[in-house]
Amino acid sequence: MNGHAANGSAVEQVNGHAAEVAAVEQAFRPAPFNVAAVRRDFPILQQQIYGKPLVYLDNAATAQKPTSVIDAISNYYLADNANIHRGVHLLSERATAAYEGAREAVRRFLNAAESREIVFVRGTTEAVNLVAHSYARPALKPDDEIVVSVMEHHSNFVPWKMACEATGARLRVVPITDAGELRMDEYERLLCDRTRLVALGHVSNALGTVNPVADIVRLAHARGIPVLLDGAQAVPHMAVDVGALDCDFYAFSGHKLFGPTGIGVLYGKAALMDHMPPWQGGGDMISSVTLEEVRYNTLPAKFEAGTPDIAGAIGLAAAIEYLNGLDRVAAAAHEAALTRYLEERLSGFPDVTLVGRAPGKAGIVSFVMSSAHPHDIGTVLDHEGVAIRTGHHCCQPLMHRLGVPATARVSFAFYNTREEVDRFVDALARVREMFG
Amino acid sequence: MSDLRELYQEVILDHHKRPRNFGPLAAANHNADGHNPLCGDRLTVHVDVADGVIRGVSFEGAGCAISRASASLMTDAVKGKSVAEAERLFEEFRQMVTSGVDQAVEESLGKLTVFCGVREFPSRVKCASLSWHTLHAALESKDTAVSTE
Ligand SMILES: Cc1ncc(COP(=O)(O)O)c(C=O)c1O
Repeated sequence: MNGHAANGSAVEQVNGHAAEVAAVEQAFRPAPFNVAAVRRDFPILQQQIYGKPLVYLDNAATAQKPTSVIDAISNYYLADNANIHRGVHLLSERATAAYEGAREAVRRFLNAAESREIVFVRGTTEAVNLVAHSYARPALKPDDEIVVSVMEHHSNFVPWKMACEATGARLRVVPITDAGELRMDEYERLLCDRTRLVALGHVSNALGTVNPVADIVRLAHARGIPVLLDGAQAVPHMAVDVGALDCDFYAFSGHKLFGPTGIGVLYGKAALMDHMPPWQGGGDMISSVTLEEVRYNTLPAKFEAGTPDIAGAIGLAAAIEYLNGLDRVAAAAHEAALTRYLEERLSGFPDVTLVGRAPGKAGIVSFVMSSAHPHDIGTVLDHEGVAIRTGHHCCQPLMHRLGVPATARVSFAFYNTREEVDRFVDALARVREMFG
Repeated sequence: MSDLRELYQEVILDHHKRPRNFGPLAAANHNADGHNPLCGDRLTVHVDVADGVIRGVSFEGAGCAISRASASLMTDAVKGKSVAEAERLFEEFRQMVTSGVDQAVEESLGKLTVFCGVREFPSRVKCASLSWHTLHAALESKDTAVSTE
């Protein structure tokens, strides 16, 4: 599909010198994304829902898993299962090597400096809570401030609200434009000598807006303020380089990255995490325990009390390996083409209003329909085999700002097709038939 | 089984498009707000009760087709009934949309049985019962807010 668009621009350039340029570009252009091939890697997609082929457009809630991820988890339990970091036996050594290998895979994926900067957690929610508990709370004093935005997912909002309530600090909220973009002027205005932390989403799960994270980090660092980025919706769509971004913390969930549920990642700069107190006590997070004294382990074990989700980490590493085998630039171009195509087709529905119109959105199309409530849209679509998300998307402050109780949301992954967009649009026509 | 037409019956679509008893109620002496956090729906039920009888009832607010139609049909069903009868209908309605009811109860529910299909749609049960919970709260006490959570 993106090959189509690419050919178009090549044709325009075919005259004289431009033809040469086009030929050179052609040689370096990634091959068009092969959707049919990747779909074969996701067996769950080949099923019928109410007698119709499944069209899965709820990828921002959770993504489907390729066979290689499912096999990695199952093989671990079939062949290598043991507890880690404690056995002298071979199985334990294999499990430990696989678990620590997964940490190294995540480090490379994010381009972090050291693997001890990668902490395995349950998901984005737990990662944010860890930082709120171990970094923010000990540092916050009355009248200190934490900067978030009005488009945050509740998991990057409530933990900060709780930290503020416990310490007397204040939450400052960056507003957005009507198109759903961060007001960067307001962001800059909010940064001051009382700001202890900036916590912002990289990509909005409700709007698809990609926030200018490099600028966000630069402006905060210019004032000595650390930055946490919620990358839950970013990593599935783009390469993220925490080294280049220079952010202080970065959080994401495995299940949205084509990996299993129950595993997620907190990246944190060692310079900060070394000084943070642990937040859960137990096995593995200690170096020695006597009746009088507990000495904490070093990073990352200090933040991984108890037996972790070993199989989950191994599954996540398999998901990363799968993504590494894809042409991610072509995949992103394919998703962008699907997003454009859907928005183009929705413009033929006068009763549909898009919610979030930032340029360069990451695979998300949120909308409301004057004739039907999102909940009814969701139910009718489900009966056409089309799975979407409806509701407030865990973004109630954002819904309030936009003046809607809820939206219907389509969210793409690279395995979605143009035909699926057509199926979705046909199903939406059914909704209008019924309620219009 | 869970055919869409069983959920969105004609009567439901009709009450959704042209809700009855929709708007404020000047004589109301009991009011309650209901909220379904799952879909953001909010509605208000106004009731005018005298001598244990519901003389007037109305509702306001925005919601999905199921919650709006349910509120509309509910107001039709309880108007003129005693508070005790309304509470019994609430109980029967709740049973119908969760576990199902026998024929005798179906007869007692009358027109409200158009919502029996909701049982096949677990995610929509709260939509159908929001107005009833809100009516119940209104009857129990004055001016309170309820939530389906
Ligand atoms: C932007 C964003 N942040 C955080 C989360 C929370 O992720 P999890 O539920 O996996 O912890 C989500 C998932 O819904 C999200 O979309």
